Amino acid sequence: MSTVKTRRDVLGTNALRPDGAAKVKGEFSFSSDMWSDGMLWGATLRSPHPYARIVRIDTSPALAIDGVRAVLTAEDVPGVLTYGLIDQDQPVFAVDYVRYMGEPVAAVAADHPETCRRALAAIIVEYEVLTPLTDPELSLDTSTPAIHPNGNVFRHQRIVHGDTSVVGDVVVEGEYEIGMQDQAFLGLEAAMAIPDADGAGIELHIATQWLHEDQKQIAACLGLPIERVRLVLGGVGGAFGAREDISLQVHSCLLALTTKRPIKMQYSREESFFGHVHRHPARVHIRHHAKADGTIVKIEARMLFDGGAYASTSSAVLINGITHIQGPYRCPSAVVDGFAVRTNNPPCGAMRGFGVVQACYAHESQMDRLAEACGLSHVEIRLRNAMRTGDTLITGQPVESVAPVERCIRETDALPLPPPLIDSPDVLELPGGTGLTSRSENIRRGIGWGVSIKNIMYSEGFDDYSTARCTLQDGVVALKFATSEVGQGFVTLAPQIARSVLGVTDVVVEPMDTTIGSAGSTSASRQTWMSGGAVDGACRLVRERLFEHVGLANGIDALRLVIEDDEIVDTMGTLRIKVTDAAPGVRFEETFEHHHRPTEDLDENGQGNCHVAFAFVAHRAVVDVDVELGLVKVVQVATAQDIGRALNPLSVQGQLEGGIAQGLGLAVMEEVIVQDGRVRNPSFTDYLLPTALDAPEVVYSLIEEPDPQAPLGAKGVGEPPCISVTPAIASAIRQATGRDIRRVPVRPQDICL
Amino acid sequence: MSENQIYTLTVNGSQREVKDSWIGESLLYVLRERLGLPGAKGACEQGECGSCTVMMDGAAVCSCLVLAASAVDADIKTVEGLAPDGSLTDVQQSFINNGAVQCGFCTPGLIVAIHNLLDSQPNPSELEVREAISGNICRCTGYGRIFAAVQDVIEQRGATR
Ligand code: FES
Ligand code: FES
Repeated sequence: MSTVKTRRDVLGTNALRPDGAAKVKGEFSFSSDMWSDGMLWGATLRSPHPYARIVRIDTSPALAIDGVRAVLTAEDVPGVLTYGLIDQDQPVFAVDYVRYMGEPVAAVAADHPETCRRALAAIIVEYEVLTPLTDPELSLDTSTPAIHPNGNVFRHQRIVHGDTSVVGDVVVEGEYEIGMQDQAFLGLEAAMAIPDADGAGIELHIATQWLHEDQKQIAACLGLPIERVRLVLGGVGGAFGAREDISLQVHSCLLALTTKRPIKMQYSREESFFGHVHRHPARVHIRHHAKADGTIVKIEARMLFDGGAYASTSSAVLINGITHIQGPYRCPSAVVDGFAVRTNNPPCGAMRGFGVVQACYAHESQMDRLAEACGLSHVEIRLRNAMRTGDTLITGQPVESVAPVERCIRETDALPLPPPLIDSPDVLELPGGTGLTSRSENIRRGIGWGVSIKNIMYSEGFDDYSTARCTLQDGVVALKFATSEVGQGFVTLAPQIARSVLGVTDVVVEPMDTTIGSAGSTSASRQTWMSGGAVDGACRLVRERLFEHVGLANGIDALRLVIEDDEIVDTMGTLRIKVTDAAPGVRFEETFEHHHRPTEDLDENGQGNCHVAFAFVAHRAVVDVDVELGLVKVVQVATAQDIGRALNPLSVQGQLEGGIAQGLGLAVMEEVIVQDGRVRNPSFTDYLLPTALDAPEVVYSLIEEPDPQAPLGAKGVGEPPCISVTPAIASAIRQATGRDIRRVPVRPQDICL
Repeated sequence: MSENQIYTLTVNGSQREVKDSWIGESLLYVLRERLGLPGAKGACEQGECGSCTVMMDGAAVCSCLVLAASAVDADIKTVEGLAPDGSLTDVQQSFINNGAVQCGFCTPGLIVAIHNLLDSQPNPSELEVREAISGNICRCTGYGRIFAAVQDVIEQRGATR
């Protein structure tokens, strides 16, 4: 991607996307847009059963079809047979057993997608169908037979903190359930795998969140040295967590190496529902103890995450869930038990919010109940318990991040409310919208609150560093990094950083690939902090070299030089020279790795400084509910978010609005429905996503208190918007209806039956 | 899969011959895989997401639902044909200026749908805009910046009329 900017869009401005023009013209190359001479198409055969033993596979009928070039099964995997982000327990192709509906069993390469479909239909797989384990509670029961050699429990972790014998004057208790959400990025999984001429290496163009992690896992499965597996980021059409795990990477590479031809592989929407992990469905039982005035003295909780058939990131999601169950509130004592278990349901892993979404829905539902039990308003109870910088978490970790929880709540509260529902509104404004099903007299309005805390960066001792290289010559900067641009706008931010540090205008972002060190994953709201820090560090090193050069040429100490706008200025003299003219023909190049401070594992009592930093946000939702039909219209969401510093206010706004829409989806419409291990709605016809008619008005306030730990003062803004908006909407529905809503998404029958 | 069907499509004003195709191919597939026009995107192939929106004889259609071979008599316009080479339409420019593009996968379909809306209704209300693009799913933006982009175009066009 060659991106030369001609305006001085430094940090803090609404710099525009360098890839914007290509995207609006349809010229931007997404991974599904790639094409290669002599390429074949690849496709995957998947299990129709949630749990079965494979008795026999016969691929010969498929191979006999004209145009079919390869059919591969587990026997054809040259390296390790399994992969995974944390535990490598997921087979490239099923071996002996299939453990979820949609598990890959075989893959084909053929000359046309239709030939692929026919080939998949021709492969004979004989299954002995087994009874699936689909209730996560049963996975905890030691008498349940293990459905995988590693057992049915991915991880159990306790948190025991403070005085566990404390009993509150007021005790409120509830059981909450969160449904399985899909990331539903728009750009389906797609890749182009191109084999090296010598057949001993591969180049994979892939839409992913983390090139280097993919590279490591792919190389292991292919049995190739890591340097023979080169990854290039293909254009990514959204990610939201669903591109952190391997999907078609290994399959496409294997087909390419086998056929010695480039392989294009892309999922359909239905296959995508089976081909990536989802947000964990969870059950949370939680009890709050408080003083009569509403001050929380203890929480007790049990969290159960259904991880589905394979480990993915379940163990990390679990830790995020239990370590955030207190919410953004002080809590001196806690007893928490968390379990992530294996079932024959679809595998679950990363999705925006990563375990905290589930925790937040539970603790915010509880805060409402606590408010009511103590006779306080929903705002007062939250202000009374709001966490501050320096408070201690239930893990014993001090909150060193700026923690403006009270400000988030107060500023949200100060945002204007929408006008009241008018007597004869346009039907499109009513719950039900184009369905024209609502009548205004049945409509009740409700207002609800949600506040959240979210960790940023990876936790539990993991060093998710990021690498960047900066090259400066004649006033033009080239930046190189492997940071996945998935839509969030790092390609906009990185040049802003270079312009601010180096006083340049023109910045080229080089292609993202594995020819430079890892940038870590585009997840955990971490790239502004981590890759932003790496780009900033590399640019600063180059600036030092530039100052040395200019100092030497002018006989002055380099320490006297600074950048002012687009000039180098001698603070103690008269020298003033344009960066573009400062060192004709000289090339400066520096690479920098940014590491966050180390974190620790949790001990057996769940104590330890396991997270790097935190961000906070408050949401207030206004809903109109048709109480007869159970239809909900989210009218407005107000939010104040702790962002540290607005490096690009327009991008921040886009993240806030986009995240809120996803949280709205989880609140009232989005759920992967799984019955007996079978996904019942793997399509956009049946899995409902928010449309333009569902989008609420969003009013917001950005809280800018630069975080001293953050390289640019800015916290990541990606995840918080989608976290507490879900409980805020659910709470608003409770207020409107008087119903005791315990589960999201809230379905019509939860409201009107 | 060569069943040697030959037909000609009229796309963005030029005649494009489609050779060696399978008769079951959608217009979306043929545009993308045979005619080198990947601007229209596929995200559901069920008519639910609008990523594949193109114009056929002046109407916006989901190209995933149209058999290419049945489109021989139609005048087809894709996102690639909206602006002359090297330039942007007012809608395209407004999308960039307003931050209406994140991953951009929904963008080409939305751009076509919005041109279609504003061609037939130059001064739509906010609700009419919402309804007109309610068949175009965007997963990234939450639509706020898209509404802002459309509003800007309506105002600019109004000012120059
Ligand atoms: S791909 Fe045609 S509507 Fe979704
Ligand atoms: S910008 Fe990503 S789907 Fe719309």
